[in-house]
Amino acid sequence: MGPSHPAMHGTIRIMLELDGERILNSEVEVGYLHRGFEKTCEHRTYFNLLPYTDRLNYVSPLINNLGYVMTMEKLMGVEVPERAQYIRVIMSELSRISDHLTCLAAMAMECGAFTVFLYKMKAREFIWDVIEQTTGARMTTSYIRVGGVRADLHPDFDTVLKKAVTETRQVLKDVHGLLDKNKIFLNRTRDIASISAEDAINFGWTGPCLRSAGVYYDVRKAHPYLVYDRLHFEVPLGERGDNYDRYMVRMKEMEQSLRIVEQAAVRIPRTPGAVMADGIEPAEAIRASRTQRVRERIKLSPNLEGSEKVVVKGILARKPGCAVPPKEDTYTSIEGLIRHFKFFMRGHGIRPPKGEVYFAVEGGNGELGFYIVSDGSDKPYRLHLRAPCFHIVSALEFLIRGRYVADVIPTFGSMNMIGGELDR
Amino acid sequence: MAMEKTALLALLEQKFPHDVEAAFTDLGDEVVIIQKEALIPVVKFLYGKPHEYTLLLDITCVDYLGQEPRFEMVYHLLSLAQNKRLRLKTRLSEKELRIASLTELWKNANWLEREVYDLFGVEFEGHPDLRRIFMYDGFEGHPLRKDYPLRKRQPRIRLRE
Repeated sequence: MGPSHPAMHGTIRIMLELDGERILNSEVEVGYLHRGFEKTCEHRTYFNLLPYTDRLNYVSPLINNLGYVMTMEKLMGVEVPERAQYIRVIMSELSRISDHLTCLAAMAMECGAFTVFLYKMKAREFIWDVIEQTTGARMTTSYIRVGGVRADLHPDFDTVLKKAVTETRQVLKDVHGLLDKNKIFLNRTRDIASISAEDAINFGWTGPCLRSAGVYYDVRKAHPYLVYDRLHFEVPLGERGDNYDRYMVRMKEMEQSLRIVEQAAVRIPRTPGAVMADGIEPAEAIRASRTQRVRERIKLSPNLEGSEKVVVKGILARKPGCAVPPKEDTYTSIEGLIRHFKFFMRGHGIRPPKGEVYFAVEGGNGELGFYIVSDGSDKPYRLHLRAPCFHIVSALEFLIRGRYVADVIPTFGSMNMIGGELDR
Repeated sequence: MAMEKTALLALLEQKFPHDVEAAFTDLGDEVVIIQKEALIPVVKFLYGKPHEYTLLLDITCVDYLGQEPRFEMVYHLLSLAQNKRLRLKTRLSEKELRIASLTELWKNANWLEREVYDLFGVEFEGHPDLRRIFMYDGFEGHPLRKDYPLRKRQPRIRLRE
């Protein structure tokens, strides 16, 4: 099976040794999407490698941004403003929902439930509308930055979010009705490829797959980061660790994520509104700054929407050398221009102290950890990603041994293998 | 680098006086540097009760080109019972680039060690199936080593049957 097979979500090859329909032995071959992520990062500055993290788990890029950025913040000791922390929580939970939706949509489709696929894609579009409105991109966001986030929430954020939450809830309800007691789905998933808690731990599983085997471990609860300890949510657990439990845990987790998003959206500290106000043209500001201090607002290019100087205080840490300084300063003062220029200059910019650090966040698939070794320069000496689905896929051979060929499909689907993250 | 010692670190130093080179907390993470011969005993000690570091989070390697010993293996362990992580490090010299395999204790060590073998060329003694995992058979060199150039090209290989 594979590397290009309609039921393989990424490029992965499963060699099967069969006796009729029964799988005697198998061998999983990965690496088709290996693009040297870690090697590339060693040759990029800390600021420039952020877009590469988007491409690791491309259905939840915001969590990948967050994992990298928080590792850097741990190394540099940066305090993030509270508003930015809430924005990060909202964004990573929305990403988690879109991650789970994609995984289950594909899994359901492969089991023949095409309607479910379409419903879930519809819900995912609503989630991505929210993400796109604020970050400017659907998938490759690069939105979460060292020190905070790139731009403030869009003024219409609440309305769009409310719509997405309502629509997603409805879709979840529909899907529960369509699949939970569906005989065809149950036959393909119930008691198929079950894993015991001991085996799951031994294989290094984390995230929804580990929890489906009944092990209570969620990085958000075990090592709380951001403001997760102030929000109420539950960690759904499974019992048997089979395909059905992996489906169920993901479904329930999405409901919890919606809960978190709703709470965070209410509790987020308000700031004086980020409206793109009319201002004077940059050229005009530069001319005026030769003779007097410019106090008017300056019109920025639309791609900087949300990162005006007025709002940037609430969403980015003020520690020098960790975030891009406000653009307005470059037009009106020489110091501002130099600071901005130096941030992007080779050898300057983000320069964490010497040392090494490991930090993990709860990604869509489990513990997403970054291990960074810094030699004090502006490039990482070594950057390593602990990809959660690497460990999960490594158990595939074990899970499908002795089962039928048709069981490979839902088993593989429930694992949520993401090529970008697995092969790096 | 704060040099304060947690109870576990002190215990490890006491239990393996000759093998533990250093034990300290770094940015809140517990770090233990050991001799490479002691890997299995230390890991087995941590695996058992009462510590129960039963989840192998990660195995990776760092190439400190120009230093001796050149390579450093880095293991991250997680104890679900105690809700703690631990980083275990050991140095390997280029001449003797081999270390004991952890495949007996953890099943995911199989792929993790294959990854390190593929990208760094470290050999694992006792590994059942030490092959490349990301790169293809016939690839020359180990791409994550510091002396492997970023843009090096290798000849195309024939399509497999």
